Amino acid sequence: MISFLEFEKPVAELEKRIAELRAAAGDDEVDISSELKRLEQKSADLLASTYAALTPWQKTQVARHPGRPHFRDFVEYGFDEFVPLGGDRLYGDDEAIMGGFARLGGRRVMLIGHEKGHDTESRIRHNFGMGKPEGYRKAIRLMNLAGRFGLPVVTLVDTSGAFPGVEAEERGQAEAIARSTEACLALPVPMVATIVGEGGSGGAVALASAERVLMLEHAVYSVITPEGCASILWRTAEKAPDAAEAMKVTAQHLLKLGVIDRIVKEPVGGAHRDPKAAAKTLAGAIGEELDKLQGLSENELRRRREERFLQIGA
Amino acid sequence: MNWFTRVRNSLPFGTKKDTPDNLWAKCPQCSEMLFTREYEDNMSICPRCDHHGRLSADARLAQVMDGGFTLLEELDVKEDPLKFRDSKKYTDRIKAARAKSPHKDAFQVASGSIAGHPAVVGVQDFTFMGGSMGMAVGTAFCQGAERALSRKCAYIVFTAAGGARMQEGILSLMQMPKATVMTRRLKEAGLPFIVVLTDPTTGGVTASYAMLGDIHVAEPGALIGFAGQRVIQDTIGEQLPEGFQRAEYLHKHGMVDMVVHRHKLRDTLATLLEYLAPRKAA
Ligand SMILES: [Zn+2]
Repeated sequence: MISFLEFEKPVAELEKRIAELRAAAGDDEVDISSELKRLEQKSADLLASTYAALTPWQKTQVARHPGRPHFRDFVEYGFDEFVPLGGDRLYGDDEAIMGGFARLGGRRVMLIGHEKGHDTESRIRHNFGMGKPEGYRKAIRLMNLAGRFGLPVVTLVDTSGAFPGVEAEERGQAEAIARSTEACLALPVPMVATIVGEGGSGGAVALASAERVLMLEHAVYSVITPEGCASILWRTAEKAPDAAEAMKVTAQHLLKLGVIDRIVKEPVGGAHRDPKAAAKTLAGAIGEELDKLQGLSENELRRRREERFLQIGA
Repeated sequence: MNWFTRVRNSLPFGTKKDTPDNLWAKCPQCSEMLFTREYEDNMSICPRCDHHGRLSADARLAQVMDGGFTLLEELDVKEDPLKFRDSKKYTDRIKAARAKSPHKDAFQVASGSIAGHPAVVGVQDFTFMGGSMGMAVGTAFCQGAERALSRKCAYIVFTAAGGARMQEGILSLMQMPKATVMTRRLKEAGLPFIVVLTDPTTGGVTASYAMLGDIHVAEPGALIGFAGQRVIQDTIGEQLPEGFQRAEYLHKHGMVDMVVHRHKLRDTLATLLEYLAPRKAA
């Protein structure tokens, strides 16, 4: 069952009518197939036109949709193998950030990403995708490992931000994020990052300082959540839609600003309507990007990565 | 507290130049009324409670560098790339900040020496829009690193920021990896990068160059952290520990090498530079 978002109400109402018609058709002799077909077409058109014109705030809601595919879904539907690796060897294992060896088509890669969880139990276990220092330090460890063994690094970014907590601060949240960013920039192997849901602030950058940055069609990427920005600049979180608009958080805006390189199409109505298809499309796009980077020297890879960030704002 | 209110609260000494009561300043910690001139002569440290007040970039450079340093010209960056407006236009906010400052933005770079040791010094100025990191700050940071690379000398950066320059949105976030490109280059060139964390250093600045120094020095009592205290409190719903996110607390938790009184800062930097002399270029 899809849970509908507020702005999808008209679609939801159509779907409800379709369901009612279907139920009624069971005990009725009247042929309703043409009416059903008409309504289904109307619903599909409405869904497509709604999603073609989402506002930045609506996209934020889609990016946070509880049914949106997360790391484990992308792994299951997009990758052929995943060998999870755990721990930072310093403190613990942070399940907000997953990582391990993975196969993508014929390629062997190091796959790292945020996992938000899909139900109460798993959301708590994965801390809603909010990484702690040990998570970022695990990412650093895995990136270094990938560098030594020539495995390209693929990251899937999906976090509202790094975890704001006392212990996270005590263990050096800021340092861990800074070092993770540094580890990305130092990689001697290709790195392709994708913002698949929310790209929230430093907690996202730490896994997204790559030479190729992709973004799913309805993902968002920003320096602070729209709510956070609104409560500071407008002094009320209720202005979040305005903040989302003003900050230009969408993939379409960020492509124009040169912050990302490629937008990956989602199924009509968003990735949550067909996680499998979304994962397959994304895997295909990442594969293409990796192929383009194949054969480039260490220095050339680093040079491209550095240039993309040095040029921003120059 | 957001950087906005912080900015306002942080200016008990600096903004009243045209009123007669600028003769006196009130210590934000112990509320002692201080003779402004004496306070400034004491490096903006309260003689009664030792509170370290915030400094402008110019005052900071004058305190730590040898005379005769060169202030680098601020590079131009794209202004208001997002055409951002909240209750005010971003361009108006910048204009207002510039009217109160001798500079165009919140990061100044000087090239010179400290006790005879060649050094490039970057200073983030909290009095300019809360020191917030946007393209100008990121670009100035990189400019300083470039100068250190070409002079083959140390790069010392005084950090101070209430957070990101939100009005530049994602472009402010992108300054984190951008600055990190340069800290890596310094490291590869065998040049020392010393960070002096001053009050307050928070948000994306902390999560990039402020935590990537070869040595981290912090000023007493400086607020240093990644997440804001109110955000943390809202998340965990409990009282924060005493001294949380203060320089001494970070020292205890291994995030800074030393907490140094401002009176001893210049000498400390000189000592550090003696040990971290750049290796002779091949
Ligand atoms: Zn005092």
